[in-house]
Amino acid sequence: MKHSFRFMGFLGICFLLLTISGCNNSTQASAPKEKKLVIWHWMNDRQAAFNTLAQKYKAETGVTIEFKLFFPPDIYSQKVIAAARAGSLPEIFGILGEKSTMGSFIKAKHIADLTPYMEKDGASWKNSFYPQALDVNVFTTANTYGVIPGIYGVPIDTTIMGFVASKALLQKAGLDPNKLPGTFDEFVREAKTVQEKTGKNGFVCGWGEGWLVNCMATEWAINLMGEDKFIKTIKGEVPYTDKDWLEVFTLFVKLKDAGILNANITTMINKESEDAFSKEQAAFSFNGSWSVNVYKQLNPDLEYSFFALPKISNNFPVKLWGGAGSSFMVNNTSPLKEEAVNFLKWITAKNQQDFLIIETNNLPSIKGCEKTLPPILSELNSRMGQLTHPNIWPCNEDSRVLEIMNQNLQQIVMGVKKPRDAAKEIQEVKERVKKQ
Amino acid sequence: MDKAKNFGFILPALLIFSIFYIYPFIYTFVLSFQRGDGIYTSEWVGLANFKEVLYYDKNWGRALYNGAFITFWALTFQNLLAFALALGVDKATRTGKIYRVVFFILPVLSEIIIGLLIREIIISDPGILNQWLSRIGLGFAARDWLGSGLVLLTTSLVHCWKGFGWAFVIILAGLQTIPEQLYEAARIDGANAWQQFCRITIPLLMPVIAMVLVLTILGTMQAFAMILALTRGAGGLTEVPVMKIYNHLRGNQVGLACAEGVILGIILIAVSFTMLHISKQVRKRWGVVSN
Repeated sequence: MKHSFRFMGFLGICFLLLTISGCNNSTQASAPKEKKLVIWHWMNDRQAAFNTLAQKYKAETGVTIEFKLFFPPDIYSQKVIAAARAGSLPEIFGILGEKSTMGSFIKAKHIADLTPYMEKDGASWKNSFYPQALDVNVFTTANTYGVIPGIYGVPIDTTIMGFVASKALLQKAGLDPNKLPGTFDEFVREAKTVQEKTGKNGFVCGWGEGWLVNCMATEWAINLMGEDKFIKTIKGEVPYTDKDWLEVFTLFVKLKDAGILNANITTMINKESEDAFSKEQAAFSFNGSWSVNVYKQLNPDLEYSFFALPKISNNFPVKLWGGAGSSFMVNNTSPLKEEAVNFLKWITAKNQQDFLIIETNNLPSIKGCEKTLPPILSELNSRMGQLTHPNIWPCNEDSRVLEIMNQNLQQIVMGVKKPRDAAKEIQEVKERVKKQ
Repeated sequence: MDKAKNFGFILPALLIFSIFYIYPFIYTFVLSFQRGDGIYTSEWVGLANFKEVLYYDKNWGRALYNGAFITFWALTFQNLLAFALALGVDKATRTGKIYRVVFFILPVLSEIIIGLLIREIIISDPGILNQWLSRIGLGFAARDWLGSGLVLLTTSLVHCWKGFGWAFVIILAGLQTIPEQLYEAARIDGANAWQQFCRITIPLLMPVIAMVLVLTILGTMQAFAMILALTRGAGGLTEVPVMKIYNHLRGNQVGLACAEGVILGIILIAVSFTMLHISKQVRKRWGVVSN
């Protein structure tokens, strides 16, 4: 009996040792001999550029930087949440998703408040950013997320959503490639002309990804009803059955009825849409500024231009969905917090931002890099004043409402739902969520 | 003492099983009674998540309907096709092995690969299937298979095409366990092919058929990867229960996702037991098992 107890005890100790060693977090060792910062990200097109920057930083400061790529973004997102729960986040990481998710990370004390660093030396670091890029990481005093006001992230680039036009197809159809559609009607007319004269599609987009269809609907809604009324809808003060919303939903019927949409548009992911547009299979598309790099890789000879949302009303200015594309946050519990902040200051300095523009064709997050921008990005950069983004709105729509709205918009395009029924269904979910 | 020693040997396996199976299983139940994003907030809400799923969320009902629709096609079309092919191959002594391999290739392939492959074939623009239909003079049959209301039916048929190999192999194995002497005796007694099929093949195959039906229901109601690759949910028109759970997890609605998981689990257990019960009753009635 005594032996068996010893045996059991031995097994128990082995298990405990294994468990304890498994819980050891190598990224948060209390006294690292060599200073090493681990950065988790999801940007597979930038890994090579990041590695080059890491080598440069090591040469300049002696601090080792390891960029760890996790792709696709869905997997990355889940990994970060799991790491937060397990307390094993790296020194620097990014958060994908809604601002409420970032708020939860902050409230759980996973993210360091960078306000003191930003405000230091006359707020020189803070002032170096485009406000539109930094704002998505700012929680104001009146924020609805219950987060202590502050700046909690560092944008490393800026994203702007816009329409793109294939110059070659417009030319083939006898249209002027330098005169791009300014209104919805012009847009539909030109897309139809290209379709009739070239046999190519009028418009392609990754509407299988709900957020893209939502993004377009949001831009049109703001143009039609203004940002105030739009925010009032999110607050529940204006119903989705309002005539302005019905008009927005009807635009998708008009697009469908015009026959200009790529046949598989509601089951297409953005990668497929980018592939189709780069092969000149459609006259127009709707995509983000990151597509400059994607199109360059897929078809270096592609001739295209960005243009703003074809407006549906003159009542309110056109707003473009945009702001910080990718931001990095600092792990609040990391012993290398200072080093992490120093690295983020370094990567957002002019030289590094210029390098990233050249290597990855992304818009910079800081001012002063305008001369480095290629013409196609310069055009987009000039629209910085028109940006809007859910992360800078005073409140965000509930994800259940967004889910049902995106699905209904997709169903309208598929011809199985009418705008009025869609609006009713969205409003029903909105009211239920509001009650909760 | 021996008992303790023996227990010591199974302890590592027991611990692994407990940590990776039993604990998550129980934790799923615990989370289904909570609401939060899984990062910061975690509030005990009792049965609110279940109420939300069962009472308010129309999409959950639609996801169940979509799952049931695909399951209906799998139970009927897929299994009948598998049965017919298995009967044919059972008699084909020379070519049987080749067919077995050919039909079993599909279920072995990754669901994602099947989804992407079929997508390339049936998307309407440029669409190999539609072009092929036009070339053989059936252009009128060309459709927007994924971008219209047809998408759920298309998904069901693709699922059947992918899944019939499993049913085929299981039914074929069942057919080959039926002794040939029974058929010989029946022939001597003057039974025709139809009578042999009804009085020998079907009754003796009932346990296998029941198993195939249960596996079809379980497999189809939990289908996910192929549908995601093929249609990406198609605006909710092909959203099945597991996809719904996945979407809620992506949206950090952990409690809702767990409640849906629990409900789906209960439904599948209930359906499986019902199917087994029915199959037992049928076998009893047909005299395959004793009362």
